[in-house]
Amino acid sequence: MEILKNKTGSNLVIYLSGRLDTVSAPQLEEELKASIGDVTELILDISNLEYMSSAGLRILLSAQKTMNAKGKMIVKNVNDTIMEIFEVTGFIDILTIEN
Amino acid sequence: MKELTIDATVENINKVTEFINEQLETCGCPIKAQMQIDVAIDELFSNIAHYAYNPDVGPATVRVEARENPLSVIITFIDNGKPYDPLKKTDPDITLSAEDREIGGLGIFLVKKTMDDVSYEYKDGQNILTIKKNI
Repeated sequence: MEILKNKTGSNLVIYLSGRLDTVSAPQLEEELKASIGDVTELILDISNLEYMSSAGLRILLSAQKTMNAKGKMIVKNVNDTIMEIFEVTGFIDILTIEN
Repeated sequence: MKELTIDATVENINKVTEFINEQLETCGCPIKAQMQIDVAIDELFSNIAHYAYNPDVGPATVRVEARENPLSVIITFIDNGKPYDPLKKTDPDITLSAEDREIGGLGIFLVKKTMDDVSYEYKDGQNILTIKKNI
């Protein structure tokens, strides 16, 4: 997985590509921990993410909880495979998705 | 039928995924089904890596075969670790809000939802978990 980020003031956009799975999830967790501090709008652009396992869902849930307390989080450009994962796990109701 | 025996570690998940993807390509598996199978591998092999031999490391065997009528792929995960039936785990309540959600239990649930059949047996000291995906 590759992580790119673009921070403007309190707005942080994170671009993910590759696979968000058991091996790569800790990498995203560390990245969020390090850079989410003063952020009030977090955008996860996952247009180049192939798939996500439950290890990724856990990170998203945790980030969503953090952002609920201090701003908002938007997940953008979700492909069909990942959208289906969001649907069957009910994440579609937890996340704010913009496609 | 092809099989791979390898140490059950998180670092080896990618090798297992590559091995299975090679077999999926030879039977013309559609990309979406392949992604779903790859997610299932991540869930199931990481479970074995984390729990089967904890705190030691032990081997796991992954077997893959294609069947016809209907065209399907059957993947079997075998380990000699502690007996553990992941299918007994209660499904998470997927209607809860983010605040009330527990972190965990989603992996095996996802496998059950995206595969056509998932079964478990404990036989001769082995955990045998089989998934089937119609392609």
